[in-house]
Amino acid sequence: MSISLFYLVALLSIFFALMVIFSKNPVHSVLYLIVTFFTFTIHYILLNAQFLAIVNFIVYMGAIMVLFLFVLMLLNLNESSTEYRSNIMKMVGLIAGMCLVITLVGSVKALNASDPLVLQTQDLGLVKNLGKVLFSKFLLPFEISSILLLSAMVGAVLLAKKDIKQV
Amino acid sequence: MELAFIIEKFILITVIFLITLTIAAYSTLAERKIAGFLQDRVGPNRAGPGGMFQPLADGLKMFFKEEIIPAESSTTLFILGPSLALLTALIGSAVIPWGESVQIAGTLVSLQVTDINVGILYIFGVVSLGVYGIMIGGWASNNKFSLMGAIRAASQSISYEIPMGLSIIALLMTTNTLSMKEIAEQQHGINWNIFYQPLGFLIFLVCSFAETNRTPFDLPECETELVGGYHTEYSGFKMGAFMFSEYINMFVSSAVMSTLYFGGYNYPGMDWVNSMAGPLFGPLVGMAVLILKIFAFIFFFMWVRWTVPRFRYDQLMNLGWKVLIPLAIANIVITGIVITIIDKL
Repeated sequence: MSISLFYLVALLSIFFALMVIFSKNPVHSVLYLIVTFFTFTIHYILLNAQFLAIVNFIVYMGAIMVLFLFVLMLLNLNESSTEYRSNIMKMVGLIAGMCLVITLVGSVKALNASDPLVLQTQDLGLVKNLGKVLFSKFLLPFEISSILLLSAMVGAVLLAKKDIKQV
Repeated sequence: MELAFIIEKFILITVIFLITLTIAAYSTLAERKIAGFLQDRVGPNRAGPGGMFQPLADGLKMFFKEEIIPAESSTTLFILGPSLALLTALIGSAVIPWGESVQIAGTLVSLQVTDINVGILYIFGVVSLGVYGIMIGGWASNNKFSLMGAIRAASQSISYEIPMGLSIIALLMTTNTLSMKEIAEQQHGINWNIFYQPLGFLIFLVCSFAETNRTPFDLPECETELVGGYHTEYSGFKMGAFMFSEYINMFVSSAVMSTLYFGGYNYPGMDWVNSMAGPLFGPLVGMAVLILKIFAFIFFFMWVRWTVPRFRYDQLMNLGWKVLIPLAIANIVITGIVITIIDKL
């Protein structure tokens, strides 16, 4: 039951991820990306990681993709304005894509497939356990990542200011 | 056992769905009646006794109107917009505890569709999805006024989600749980969270007005600047779906506010009533109390709509970013200090 459900959701994730690339209209791409993130949420729920599932739901589906959609709607991309890709651009894209494929295939080959992944505790993904682990075992990385986010925020505000000298 | 569980939940979901739709339909009538009352006129009174059948007449009118899909617009997304708005409005009620467990024929039946242990965050997620219906609909209309409305809706929703989340964090610090059921149980009798989190409630209330696009935050459909806002191009039942989803949102956010801050199904003297009414009717009295609280909030929403004028857009952004977010953070800090002091005593 769980395994077949996993394969169904995984198939859907891959399908919608491909649709992100293959749809012509950028707004449609973003909408397919939202559906892809929704399938990721289902994956987290299948892994019994409820907190990650809901955070993925709120942050990626609810906030980041709204901003993506927001920017794309403002840009007003038409069919005509996207047809500037030259052959050199296409070649560069092809080479970069092939490099990525080689890296991915190499990393998959390096994986030891006979090692089963064993969760230490089944309920690790519940809010209570996750919070305890974050604030004891992984306290330092957790705090450092919060400083990283803060500095990114300050940087974004600084970039958005037009005249830095007048501030 | 499995089948009985599915049937039980199916009946519960159907009942909640019907209650939600009925209340949303009659909210349209209530809105017009209250507007009439506040403006010293009668309001709709022709369809049925005292205008009781006005929502039915409105619904029929919506059904029989011509559906217009603008040329050069994306048809799929044009239909998807209102559908998504209605869907996200309806799924929010899944985690709200409508009452204590009812005892029917010896078995306890929970009056909550699902008690996931991240209930509040689920509500928050559904709220943040709510803007997609408006954005997709506004963009697919291929009309600059609709697009402006959609973009306003998106930026307003993102801005007000932050203070809303921060005010919830302060609430979580006092309740120590994310489950809606446990939060409702903690507020037994008159031990309501409003007495512990008055500032948090105020912030949450303002943000709910913004998230449901109600006046004074209804800039996405500001008719003085944007014709009709995001639903300029919509007609017939798709327009009705947008309007209906606004009323359902109002109902669900009233239910959330009642549950989080005003005790949900709890009321003073509930133990006495429960011992008198028995395990079947006692919880139903609690549910009736919750619905009365929801009606009070819906009345408040309408009262504000017909009293306060709409904000200007810069005032809206200033209020969200420069007033509500600092207040919400201050609320978190104060709550933390008070909790520490009480723990030390």
